[in-house]
Amino acid sequence: MSVKLTTRQVGDVTVVDAVGRITLGDGASTFRDTVRDLAASGKKKLLLNLAEVSYIDSSGIGEMVSGFTTVTNQGGQVKLLNLTKRVKDLLQITKLYTVFEVFEDEAAAVRSYS
Amino acid sequence: MAEHDRVAAQTVEELLDSTLESVDQAEEIVLRLATTMGFDEDDLHRIGIAVRECMVNAVVHGNRYHSRKKVHLSVSRTPERLEIVIGDEGGSFDVSKLPDPLAEENLLRQSGRGLLMMKAFMDEFQVRQRQPQGTEVRMVKNLAKAG
Repeated sequence: MSVKLTTRQVGDVTVVDAVGRITLGDGASTFRDTVRDLAASGKKKLLLNLAEVSYIDSSGIGEMVSGFTTVTNQGGQVKLLNLTKRVKDLLQITKLYTVFEVFEDEAAAVRSYS
Repeated sequence: MAEHDRVAAQTVEELLDSTLESVDQAEEIVLRLATTMGFDEDDLHRIGIAVRECMVNAVVHGNRYHSRKKVHLSVSRTPERLEIVIGDEGGSFDVSKLPDPLAEENLLRQSGRGLLMMKAFMDEFQVRQRQPQGTEVRMVKNLAKAG
């Protein structure tokens, strides 16, 4: 199963709910296109809800980093919400846990945006 | 566990096309064998990621999707360990010359984390030149260290 992404607005924060696998091929490109489209349409406060993401490979990680860089360079912020243990392990192995702000509570995450 | 302890040694060999479908196929083959050995869900996940990363390297970077080049997969199980060998028919490369994905200046690079993940998730990891051409990666997961 590839990834399914749906977006919703909570105040001025755009929450992206992801379900499935973010891997090379459809999953990673869907993820990349969605983040780029949101950034292009002026959505600069993105919260990626990964609670239902079962699997991310290095391509998926790469797209997350790329999206982070794109949005940050445009003056926006990308933060992560509800990581599964497996995704958290992956971010720790790759040291990206130090790059992304990670939250377990959506309300707290939404409040954290400047 | 007693049933898993009696698992007989077995080797599966496959010649796979240089396509992304082969990545799924290799993962399925390896996980089918690994499951019979009694690895837990977390270790199956780690083995699956390591195989996918290795296959992607072979298909994309090694064989460059070339229709006449194949990926050579060999999976062997003993009661104690799972050994996976994945070889491509592309060029060779020097692992020591690859950028360190954990260096501060490389953390935001889009690619270059595949080998790191394979090393992290498997107990043994070796890259060698394949004869007559290509690169071969050998990975081992020990059942005793599972979990």
